[in-house]
Amino acid sequence: MENDRIDQIVDKHQGEASSLIQVLLEIQSENHWLPKRALERVSVKLQVPLTRIQHIATFYKAFSLVPKGRHEIHLCMGTACHVRGATRILDTVQDVTGIKPGETDLDLKFSLETVNCLGCCALGPVMEVDGKTHGKMAPGETADVLKNYE
Amino acid sequence: MPRIDSPADLEKLRKSILSQRDPDKPCITLCSGSACHATGSGKVAESIEEEVKKQGLRDEVDIRKTGCHGFCERGPIIVIHPEEICYFQITPEDVPEIVSQTIKEKKVIERLLYTDPDTNEKIIHESEIPFYKNQKRLVFGSNGSIDPKSIDDYLAIGGYSALAKALSGMSAEQVLEEVKKSNLRGRGGGGFPAGRKWEGSRNAPEETKYVIVNADEGDPGAYMDRSLLEGNPHSILEGCTIGAYAIGSHEGYIYVRQEYPLAVENVNIAIKMAEEYGFLGKNILGSGFDFTVRVHRGAGAFVCGESTALMTALEGRVGEPRSKYIRSNIKGLWGMPSVLNNVETWANVPLIINKGADWFTQFGTDGSKGTKIFSLVGKITNTGLVEVPMGMSLKDIIYKIGGGIPGGKKFKAVQTGGPSGGCIPDELLDLEVGFDELTKAGSMMGSGGMIVMDEDTCMVDVARYFIDFLTDESCGKCVPCREGLGQMRKILTKITEGKGKEGDIKLLEELSEVAKEASLCALGTSAPNPFLSTVRYFRDEYEAHIQEKRCPALSCKELITFHIDPAKCQACMICKKKCPAEAVDGGKKKIHVIDQEKCTKCGTCFEVCPSRFSAVTKISGEPVPSPIPEEERIITRKSKANE
Amino acid sequence: MSEILLQIDGKEISASEGMTVLEAAQNAGISIPTLCHHENLEPFGGCRICIVEVEVNGWTKRVVSCIYPVAENLVVRTRSEKIDKIRKMILELLLAHAPDSPELQDLAQEYGADKDRFGKEASFCIHCGLCVRYCDEIKKKNAVGFVDRGIRKEISFIPEIAAKECWDCKECFPLCPTEALQAAYVLTKALICPSPSSETASEE
Repeated sequence: MENDRIDQIVDKHQGEASSLIQVLLEIQSENHWLPKRALERVSVKLQVPLTRIQHIATFYKAFSLVPKGRHEIHLCMGTACHVRGATRILDTVQDVTGIKPGETDLDLKFSLETVNCLGCCALGPVMEVDGKTHGKMAPGETADVLKNYE
Repeated sequence: MPRIDSPADLEKLRKSILSQRDPDKPCITLCSGSACHATGSGKVAESIEEEVKKQGLRDEVDIRKTGCHGFCERGPIIVIHPEEICYFQITPEDVPEIVSQTIKEKKVIERLLYTDPDTNEKIIHESEIPFYKNQKRLVFGSNGSIDPKSIDDYLAIGGYSALAKALSGMSAEQVLEEVKKSNLRGRGGGGFPAGRKWEGSRNAPEETKYVIVNADEGDPGAYMDRSLLEGNPHSILEGCTIGAYAIGSHEGYIYVRQEYPLAVENVNIAIKMAEEYGFLGKNILGSGFDFTVRVHRGAGAFVCGESTALMTALEGRVGEPRSKYIRSNIKGLWGMPSVLNNVETWANVPLIINKGADWFTQFGTDGSKGTKIFSLVGKITNTGLVEVPMGMSLKDIIYKIGGGIPGGKKFKAVQTGGPSGGCIPDELLDLEVGFDELTKAGSMMGSGGMIVMDEDTCMVDVARYFIDFLTDESCGKCVPCREGLGQMRKILTKITEGKGKEGDIKLLEELSEVAKEASLCALGTSAPNPFLSTVRYFRDEYEAHIQEKRCPALSCKELITFHIDPAKCQACMICKKKCPAEAVDGGKKKIHVIDQEKCTKCGTCFEVCPSRFSAVTKISGEPVPSPIPEEERIITRKSKANE
Repeated sequence: MSEILLQIDGKEISASEGMTVLEAAQNAGISIPTLCHHENLEPFGGCRICIVEVEVNGWTKRVVSCIYPVAENLVVRTRSEKIDKIRKMILELLLAHAPDSPELQDLAQEYGADKDRFGKEASFCIHCGLCVRYCDEIKKKNAVGFVDRGIRKEISFIPEIAAKECWDCKECFPLCPTEALQAAYVLTKALICPSPSSETASEE
């Protein structure tokens, strides 16, 4: 991401240090990850120590310091889904993709995250791929759904 | 749209909006909350628009995309006004029939109606369906009548009249007194009296004060706040503006978790419209009172739902809580007095101001007034969001409204209060829902999550699940939580894997005590609750796991084996085909056997074996029977043997 | 600042308004164990070992003395069965990370803490935060900070800043209760092999 674009985002938030998280959220959403150079630029523009930015970027789950895969898999591990067998779905997804939650595969095809409650508890267990919700998942179906993604 | 500069102008506008709306005009309302969206309401909405246009009815029929109706198990949901005909699980294919039959011909389509499971009768009207009939939808009920993106819809149902009443007819002290009189307690978890919190801020000497809406709903399984924010954002804006007036604040924040993009979108639209109409900003309704509010998005941390952590996050820092020796309503955001309340708490405020504290206190119990929205989920027939008066028994909520446990299974426990709460067993189901009652039983109200569990749920696994969640979400600042919960997680995981040993329960209890006493914030002090409540009511399950390496609920993967009963297997080959690990050996007429070396315990065979055979069983705590000899595995059917 | 009279372990103590219970106790020569406290740094409230029992308005509760403000007629007890039990557990949890730390060993002896109660942990940082806070508040260089949260939390040096500042400073090293091993190790590693996420990431 170009420094100009980062500067634009910072200025949009009036260059306030308290808007640090909002600024990073915008960069993350546009760029899909936070390169170190972006963090350094924000540190300079907002006059905030890099250690604070680094802590924020690693503390909050929304941020990624590494590039993400083409397809983001979000598995709901909320209590309602858990009680309906979400752990078994997680096992299957891990087997099929070869990655664990928080990881991206070497081909940069899939990134896997577990999330806590997508709010569609009636459809549990729920798997979301690229924002599309797949409900009432069973281990066998999971492999079929993932096979469809390039 | 010219600004509305006085309560009188507001009433004039409201009258004009209502005069342009014909209550008898057919209106199709479609639930468009996030949950229904996930079941395809977006496509249904497109179909409705198309079909209505196609049949030339665009001017005769209104279409309104509303917020969540609450009966999430049966979405997408359509309610057709003015008759209040309610159709469930609508697909785009149903739409042409709905438009031609129900809208044009005024005929009801039976197959889309709700069927009462006890009487088998079809029920036409939404309000007569048992799920809705037994609720008291004071706060949530409006969701079904308004399009959250339209401020006029909100005005049509009386919106902002409470704000006008407060600003023009009441002093700030009077507003505060009314909220105090109502005994409104926080709906976010703590249950602290809102009026007392507001009073502390009002009396603080500082000029700058803040109101904050806590929409960082983090409890897994709870989504009431999301549905309120998505479906009726103006009610929260009105509520927190009234609160700001009462304490003397002119600046507010709505902290919405980043995982709720639709809520963020709808609140931002609502703020813009409210500012245009003059309900936010300078000189609101000509009263001289100024108030602005901004949305601040979370970034994925459960701990930010804790009030001091939320304020730290608002300041652009990591969400590490601060000690509460000096309460945040005295020294909060940037050291200033700050009133932080939950979304549902704020949504109650306009009702209290409009109808009065005396009206509000007629609902509920002595200690807990008003209603509460619960998210009733898990092993329950009618999954969804329900609003009931405080004091209703858990039994009534689960059976009368929830429709009981599906699949003929037995109820085991209901978990309330999220990760800070506990499990309530069958013998306590007569408990009347309320803040103090739930705390006494070893749980808590929390934000309103109500997860129902049945005989197949392992309570040790439930404790492990919650500790796992909290260990992940802990901010890591203090030792009792960061290290203590980490050790608890290790021990509980070992127990579910059959590696538990004597002394584990005692050590868990010790770690629980230290976390409860010495943690920095409520995440740590309440983290042991799920463990403590499950060991209190289900100790036998823990002991079975540790001493017998047996999971009574037949759930913990490491402690169960799947076994095909040779007496029941009919060699239909379904499980063999579906097994993802190719672990089933057998063929047509050859009784199937599971190769335990290959089995991954996914449970697929158990789920797909036809119920008339029910040949797949789960065994725990004892060795798997050896496979029967090869010769005995061949099935000879009686009829064929007679030929 | 007005004078406040309170009672600590049965002794009448005089303190000034705005003081913490820990400060008041230390001034009066009453010892309360601390790990994350430093007189020149803002109170942190992380280790919780300075926990004490206080009685206020007839209610007894446990609070951390490094943050809790003194109040008129406050009754404080720095030792009790419950307090000792809590301190013992905190020490045992930390000893799993740094069993060789002299500071922890001394306290362990006093409270009967067993360093082998929990399995040995991989990281020997106990998160007292002294190094991070010292570099932030006193040196104002921010060469070292925290990353991540919960049990995965670690300290991390920023290689570019550390390369410039740390060799001539090293003032955080003696602060570390685990005897600077962690700080030195991580610093050296950061200087020699910078973190992979920075250098090898695709050029933007």
